Amino acid sequence: MNQTAKGLDRRRLLAALGGGAALGAGAAAGIGLTARPAAAAAAKPDPAITEVQDWSRFLGEGVAAHPYGKPSKYEAHVVKRDVEWLTAGRESSVNFTPLHELDGIITPNGLCFERHHGGIAEVDPAKHRLMINGLVDRQLVFTMDDIKRMPRTNRIYFLECAANSGMEWRGAQLNGCQFTHGMIHNVMYTGVPLRLLLEEAGLKTNAKWIMVEGGDAAGMNRSIPIEKALDDCLIAFKMNGEALRAEQGYPLRIVVPGWEGNMWVKWLRRIEVGDQPWHAREETSKYTDLLADGRSRRFTFVMDAKSVVTNPSPQAPLKFKGPNVLTGMAWSGRGTITRVDVTLDGGRNWRTARLDGPVLPRSVARFYVDFDWQGEELMIQSRAMDDTGYVQPTKAELRAVRGLNSIYHNNGIQTWLVRANGETENVEIS
Amino acid sequence: MSRFRKVFAAALVIAATAGAAEAGRLGLGREALPEEVAAWDIDIRPDGQGLPPGKGSVKEGEALFLEKCAACHGEFGEGAARWPVLAGGFGSLKSAAPEKTIGSFWPYASTSFDYIRRAMPFGQAQTLSNDEVYALIAFLLSMNDVVKDDFVLSRDNFTAVKLPNEDAFYLDDRETAEKHFWRKDPCMTACKDKVEITGRARVIDVTPDDKDKSMKVE
Repeated sequence: MNQTAKGLDRRRLLAALGGGAALGAGAAAGIGLTARPAAAAAAKPDPAITEVQDWSRFLGEGVAAHPYGKPSKYEAHVVKRDVEWLTAGRESSVNFTPLHELDGIITPNGLCFERHHGGIAEVDPAKHRLMINGLVDRQLVFTMDDIKRMPRTNRIYFLECAANSGMEWRGAQLNGCQFTHGMIHNVMYTGVPLRLLLEEAGLKTNAKWIMVEGGDAAGMNRSIPIEKALDDCLIAFKMNGEALRAEQGYPLRIVVPGWEGNMWVKWLRRIEVGDQPWHAREETSKYTDLLADGRSRRFTFVMDAKSVVTNPSPQAPLKFKGPNVLTGMAWSGRGTITRVDVTLDGGRNWRTARLDGPVLPRSVARFYVDFDWQGEELMIQSRAMDDTGYVQPTKAELRAVRGLNSIYHNNGIQTWLVRANGETENVEIS
Repeated sequence: MSRFRKVFAAALVIAATAGAAEAGRLGLGREALPEEVAAWDIDIRPDGQGLPPGKGSVKEGEALFLEKCAACHGEFGEGAARWPVLAGGFGSLKSAAPEKTIGSFWPYASTSFDYIRRAMPFGQAQTLSNDEVYALIAFLLSMNDVVKDDFVLSRDNFTAVKLPNEDAFYLDDRETAEKHFWRKDPCMTACKDKVEITGRARVIDVTPDDKDKSMKVE
């Protein structure tokens, strides 16, 4: 098959894109492609209308049927998925958020991807303690009740695994944005500013770093610079209004806005204050980025600006000719998304997508492009920009700096190939 | 002043002296006892801070490793099945298949003490004595050709151990090395002449199967 985009009707595409600089609305109208076909006439009456459905006749379940509700049974396919070959076992592994089935910016709690290193700790909140020790005036122990008596705040942030898209460094590998980009979730956290807890303990003047540690069997520990700890980190006990899910660190996790997910230690039990970093396993052996010259970056904390088109995508092919909704998500650990551009022709021409819904710092933003499709092959990409002026790079640009072995922090532009039958593939293009 | 008011006023004074004695404090939480801090403060730094008293030899470590570790990590730290390789991989970091072991990649031996004591054996965390951790690290250092077979590792000589790859790490330099990613006005129209597909996930075919979706465009 001819894998270039030769078959594309360039004028039609530009019209669908709303016109580049060269083609205005008049030109598009001139080739007759913006006209909508008249709604198709029904050949015969639709039984979904003419026949009384069960749910219109019989009573449904009462209010006591579901003390804690679940999605409709028709949404049973909207689930987290894992990729068995990625890891040696399931307890130190990852699963993926079904991004292609979601919209808006909030990830439902039950669909937030999981990454554990020692399985899901089932912590009794009555026995959970948070200790602050090290370079402080007072080494302290808090119960969950203590923490819930402190002034609290609500913030929406994305949590992206440092390894999100990591399997794609060497080329297109997994077919679906759930697998290529699904190590992310975006929820509203309720919690206490970490600054308040550190002030409660009283920082010594030589306090430069903190170490956060989990109470699970992995005892996850990471070093965080004191500036970040005092800036916007939270000790969170709720997500999207309810208690953290066990798999998200119940009863307590640290929120480290904009920074790689590994640092968001779950089941948080201890914060030690020190004058230098600890160089724990998760910041030496792991979460360091090996470059082509054999040396490695360490403390690559920030997640750079990134985006992905979630529909269409390999798990959400195009099914209809005519009007279609292209949608996706963009985020940046450096600040706020200011713009997302979308191309349908592999990066030859771009248009600026419409951001819709709250656009918040270090949160996912939702974008849309409403377009017409007549069965031509598309090569779809999105390109995010943030308020620092950072522009999401291509994978080739990233590889030119980093090589192929850095595993983490792959924020390169994703390409989806939409074929004439609507089937959509993960591809790399020149 | 009624008796109630007097009591109330006295309570306010107590609150003022106890709570507001240090401005801005909430007065929540309590002092951690030394035993409590000792029980949880198990982290180790490269400068040796946190190392407990104790020692262990390569020989002792070998026996322990065979008993507690080799089922996953192999008899020589070479890794069984898909479990992590702990030794070897020297000179592989620039290759297409880097093998990042304690010897080839890790910068500090202290990390192995911190990690093994807190998280290993996988599924039996925090069951090793300090002497056992010293011995296991001595064995792993010998498997990585960092120490001789007769070596005994202790708190006293721990920080003298240097791993080969220590100097190959540097701080995040994206804002300089990737400065060109901050750019004004990215190209919007006629950005390239042609586009070719250079790779397809479908060919590799490693994505978990979904229910067969029939492709029918209406």
